[in-house]
Order: sequence, then C-alpha cells, then structure tokens
Amino acid sequence: MRIALFVTCLADTLFPEAATATVRLLERLGHQVDFPTDQTCCGQMHVNTGYPDEAVRLVRRHVRVFAPYDVVVAPSGSCVGSVRHQHPMVARRAGDDALASRAAEVGRRTYELSELLVDVLGVTDVGAYYPHRVTYHPTCHSLRLLRVGDRPLRLLRAVRGLDLVELPQAEQCCGFGGTFAVKNADTSTAMLADKMRHVLATRADVCTAGDASCLMHIGGGLSRLRAGVRTVHLAEILAATEADTDPPGGRDRTGPASRDTAAVAR
Amino acid sequence: MSGRGGAGRTTFLGMPATAPPGVGNLRGTEPFPAAARRALGDAQLRRNLRHATGTIRAKSAAVIDEVPDWPQLRAAGRAIKADTMARLPELLEQLEAAVTAAGGTVHWATDAVEANRIVTELVQATGADRVMKVKSMATQEIGLNEALEAAGIEPVETDLAELIVQLGDDRPSHILVPAIHRNRAEIREIFLRAMPGVDPALTDEPAVLAAAARRHLRETFLATRVAVSGANFAVAETGTLAVVESEGNGRMCLTLPETLITVMGIEKVIPRWADLGVFLQLLPRASTGERMNPYTSLWTGVTPGDGPQQVHLVLLDNGRSAVLADEVGRQALHCIRCSACLNVCPVYERTGGHAYGSVYPGPIGAVLSPQLTGVADNASLPYASSLCGACYDACPVMIDIPSILVHLRAQAPHPRTEAAAMAAAAYTMDHPALYAAAQRAAGLGRLAGRALPPPLNGWTASRDMPAAPPQTFRQWWAEHRSGS
Ligand code: SF4
Repeated sequence: MRIALFVTCLADTLFPEAATATVRLLERLGHQVDFPTDQTCCGQMHVNTGYPDEAVRLVRRHVRVFAPYDVVVAPSGSCVGSVRHQHPMVARRAGDDALASRAAEVGRRTYELSELLVDVLGVTDVGAYYPHRVTYHPTCHSLRLLRVGDRPLRLLRAVRGLDLVELPQAEQCCGFGGTFAVKNADTSTAMLADKMRHVLATRADVCTAGDASCLMHIGGGLSRLRAGVRTVHLAEILAATEADTDPPGGRDRTGPASRDTAAVAR
Repeated sequence: MSGRGGAGRTTFLGMPATAPPGVGNLRGTEPFPAAARRALGDAQLRRNLRHATGTIRAKSAAVIDEVPDWPQLRAAGRAIKADTMARLPELLEQLEAAVTAAGGTVHWATDAVEANRIVTELVQATGADRVMKVKSMATQEIGLNEALEAAGIEPVETDLAELIVQLGDDRPSHILVPAIHRNRAEIREIFLRAMPGVDPALTDEPAVLAAAARRHLRETFLATRVAVSGANFAVAETGTLAVVESEGNGRMCLTLPETLITVMGIEKVIPRWADLGVFLQLLPRASTGERMNPYTSLWTGVTPGDGPQQVHLVLLDNGRSAVLADEVGRQALHCIRCSACLNVCPVYERTGGHAYGSVYPGPIGAVLSPQLTGVADNASLPYASSLCGACYDACPVMIDIPSILVHLRAQAPHPRTEAAAMAAAAYTMDHPALYAAAQRAAGLGRLAGRALPPPLNGWTASRDMPAAPPQTFRQWWAEHRSGS
C-alpha cells in the first residue's frame, strides 16, 4: 500500500527518530511510504492558542498536500485529532465550505499509527523486538478524541521481549496541553508531577506513548529529575528488531544528541 | 428575551447584553494562572480536593456502569436541551402562562441588578427581615445575599456545605459541594467559631457535624416566613418547578414558609413533564453518584392550604441571551449543574474552584463565565484547560466543552507580541523553504542552553528541552529516501 507520511512539525523538527521509525516500520511491513515535502504544520498550535484565522492557510496547505493520497499516517494522536476535528471547523469558520468538505475528506483518510496498523493494515504483531520494561501512557487526544482504545496496547503486547507494565491512573492528562504548558506552567507542572510519580511507580525503564508532544513534556520532567526513565515513541518500539545493534529509541535528553539519526535508520 | 416583559416580547435590540460588572460573582480579581499558582501551593487544599474528587469520581463511575442505556440517555438529554435552546423564547412564555395559571407570579430580570431588586422588594413586601435559602447557583451568581444584606435582610443558607461557606465567611468552590475545599477538622473549627449556641464539645465526626447544623437550622425553618430558592428544572407545559437536593433542608424551605421566591436562569426550562424522566436519571448518577436523588421537590404554582401561598418565579437572563446568540457557545446553556466535569478535571482537582474567580468553576465555568461576562472580562479562563477532554466524556448532556474553550480562545484579547509571533509562524509554515530554514535555526539555537527565553521560560522552569537532533526528518528524508 502507498502511504503518505504526515510527519507533524514537532517530530520533523525535534523528534525525527519517531518519524524515521514510522518509515522503517511501514517499509518492513511491505508498504511504500511517501513524504510530500510541501507539508509543514497542521495548525493545531494556532487553533488552540486562539488564532484560527491564521490557521486557515495551514489547513489549506495541508489539504492540498494530502488530498492526492488514499491513506495518510501520522505518529501523533493529537495532530490526527486536529486534522480530523479541527480542520473542517477552521474552514467553516472562515466561510470556506468547499475547503471544509475537502478537509473532512482528508481527515477521514488520515490515521494515527496504531489505527493504521490495526484497522487498515490488519496487523497487531509487527515483528518487533524490544527487551525492556515499558509502561504506556494513553495520550488524551488518542484516548478521547480518536478513541484508539487498546490498539497501542495490543501492538505492544505482541512485541517480543517487551515487559509491559500498567501505568496507574493512566488516563489522567500529563499536563502538556500545548499552549497550556506555557500559559499555565504551574498547573501543568503539578499535573506532570503526578504523572511522573505514577511512571516511576511502575519501575519501567521506558515510558511510551503515541504523541511526541506529551513525551517531550513527560520526558523533559523526568530528565530534569535525572529519573533514569526514558521516553520513547511507540513507533520506535514497533520499529525495533533483533537486527538493531543499538537499542533504539530514547535519545539522551540531558545533553546534545549523542546518536546519529541516520545510523538508526540504516 | 432581551429585555423583560411578558408574552410576545421577543424584540432584539442589537446584541444581547452580557452580565453587568460590579454586581454578582462572575468575575475574579486576578487571572487564573496567578490564582492557580497560590492554590497549588496549599497542601491542605490539594489533599482535600484530591480526596473529595477521587471519591466522587469512583462512586459516580460505578453507578453509571450499571446503566446499560447511559449513552442513549446522554444523547436524549442533549437532544432535549438543544430543542429547548432552539425555541427558548416560546418555551419561556409557555412556562410563564402555566405558572401564572397555577397561581404563581412570574418576573423577568434582564440582569443581576434587576433580579436582586425584584427579590429584595418581594421580601420587603412581606415585612420579613430574614429569608432562608435553598442552595442555588443563580442567586450566588447575582450576589443576592450581598444585596439582601445591604437592604437589612438576613439570608440564611440551609444547605450544609453552603452554610459552612457562609459561616466561614468564605466563597463557594464547587457547584454541588461549595465547601469541598474544607475537611472535617476545618468545618468543626468554623462551627465552633461562628455557629451560635454550638456545643463546645463538638467533634469532627460527619454525623455530629450534621446534627449540629440541623439543630442550628431547625429554629430557622420554623421561624422564617420567606424562602428563596433556585430551580434545577422548570416544565414549560405544566409550570412545575423542580429542586433536586440530598439533605432535605431544601424540602423544608420549599414547604414551610408562606412566601417562596425562586430565581432561575432562563435556560433551566424544559419542554415537557416527561423530559424530567431523562434528567432525573442522568443527574444523580453523574452528580453525587447516587442511583436516585434523595429529595426531589416539585411544585406547581400555589396549592391552596398546602405549602407557600405566595409563589414567585424570577426568570434571570444576566448574559444568557448573549450566550444563546453564539452558535458554538450556546451548548454551555445545556448544563444541568451536575458538577461531573469539575470532579474529573485534572486542572480543577489541583487548583480548586476559587482560582476560577467566578461562582462557576471548573470546565463548565471556564466556558460559561467568560460568555456571561463577555470574554474580555474573563480572558484567562478559556486557557485554564489542557483540552484533555475528560469533561466532555463525563458530561451527562454531552456538552463539548473542549470545542467551546477553543472557540472562546479565538475571541479572547491576545497579547500583541503573541499575535505577531503567531502570524509570523503561520506565514513561515506556509512557506516550506522558510520553514526548513527556521527549523535548522531552532535546532542550532537550542544547542546553546536548556532554558528558553520568556514567555516560553515557563516550560524550562520544570522541564528540560530535548537536545536538538543532528538533523530534521526532512533532512534525513532528502538524504535517504527522496528519489528512491
Ligand atoms: S457541563 Fe455537563 S458535566 Fe459539567 S456541570 Fe454541566 S452538565 Fe455537569
């Protein structure tokens, strides 16, 4: 199947390992990945900060770039949520009903990674090997906007060597919330403190999720505490195999990047 | 419904007015982040809220799980409310006619000032200098107690939690349990300090505290001739008003006095008697986690020789018509004040209700208060949410609170520097070459240190920024995949 990668601006800029892992994983499963290079950002930051009018041009761009594809995947529940739920709303608000219906169409063909794997490609065992103790945080937009349910957990349970431990109060928000983490930094930190407490209680080595944004928040907090728990995107775990010399995922966050992204991706 | 007046008066004169400043309790004195910061440092408050919201969440979830048709009930609740809002003027006139036919008197109040004046004059006309109150959000909203006190009338709160707030000279922090921020030990101290004739040997056992309140209130129930209530529902077709409560104190107020004055937001009307069946199933399970509400009082005008013989209904607008005029925001008027959204909100659980400034805290407060006052007067509230969506899932009438929050953020006044940065970012992101250049610059910049400049330094106060990757994804793609 030909699948377009909607990389998301955050993964593109700061967490390319989540995106390269998505590419490797889908290619390993026998699919062809396209990366339309005219894509930039879905505009969620603008919409959620109160600038839907500024976001219109980004919605228009996104729709134009991805309209030619039957299947689009993003390694982010939040950005897929934005494409599916906010894009038509932003277009309608701007009085552009044609754009709204095209955006809705693109939204219907856009999948979060675990949705794509389980629902569209029909796999739960992706042939991954990841010998670590892992806990999974269901990000709010995956959980409540997309309703990915237990798809990520089913995928993780099929990973060889992986010791999956349940996260207490998993469904509580980690406190990221995009603009919320900046405008309400204190409350955001209070929420993060509880999330980190629960992550540490699992004694996991790795905390994973389907959103680089929430992982940046949780990982940033854990790093500040020097807690010794890495945050690793779900795509990186699913992309990992016995053939990997370097255990994938978890770029050292306490200093300049130590690993060559290119090497990870062969 | 702009303006008062009886049947047939539905003329709109421009945009409906918002709730006036200087009266009532819809506006805080400081922005949410500042108030929240103080609350977050209060260990006792954090503990009380964590315990109380955790308990009520578990209880509610358990009884909701028992109902196989909960999703259908929620959808029915939403549909009834949407239908109500679509023909609110007509239903209010029907309600007015039905209440009047049953011997009640209906008054229309454009705003808090007018409602307070109407109630004060009605009390004065009875010659009473004291009224007993059934717990009501509408009267808290308009600051009725303050208005009555200014007129020399003593309002006595009879809801236990509201009484604790009143005796403690405090502000309510939850729409169902106004004293949720207090624990038993604190309540005992308040009673010892402020309850006349209280037994000095009072302990902090819940039953003992409740008994003390009951003794204190009994005299009030028997000696007070006027009561003021709110209403949870008003049935347009029958003129029946409903108050839903757990203690029975409300029942006393609604049945014992000679005069009963009810202040009700205009959105509380429901079309049919049968609709009550939907809401009386939804409300207790979502609200207190009970299967059935303990005390549901219903009254229709005046019943000769039984209960209050003077029955008044004050229909309060106070910005609601303005909310109704907003296609997205009007959903906030569907609220049945169950407080489920507060109990599941991770922000509310940590900051408590006072941080929101308004009597309506939590997720519903964050969308209702700014709409009632105009967004500029509560500009920080639409941002007081991580948009996690727990409120939407919990709401028994399916109010899409996250979407309203985002909608209101667009109406909020924006800091000039932020607006400029957002416009620049949108421009850059609409030009892939500029965007790629900006990405590389950002990567290099971040190598310099781990603290971001203002206004982003809130991030690095408690979290490290990730180290920049050696190359962006699009650089990797260009090297490894493009052209393949
Ligand atoms: S918004 Fe919904 S959940 Fe919140 S108080 Fe109102 S009815 Fe209850």
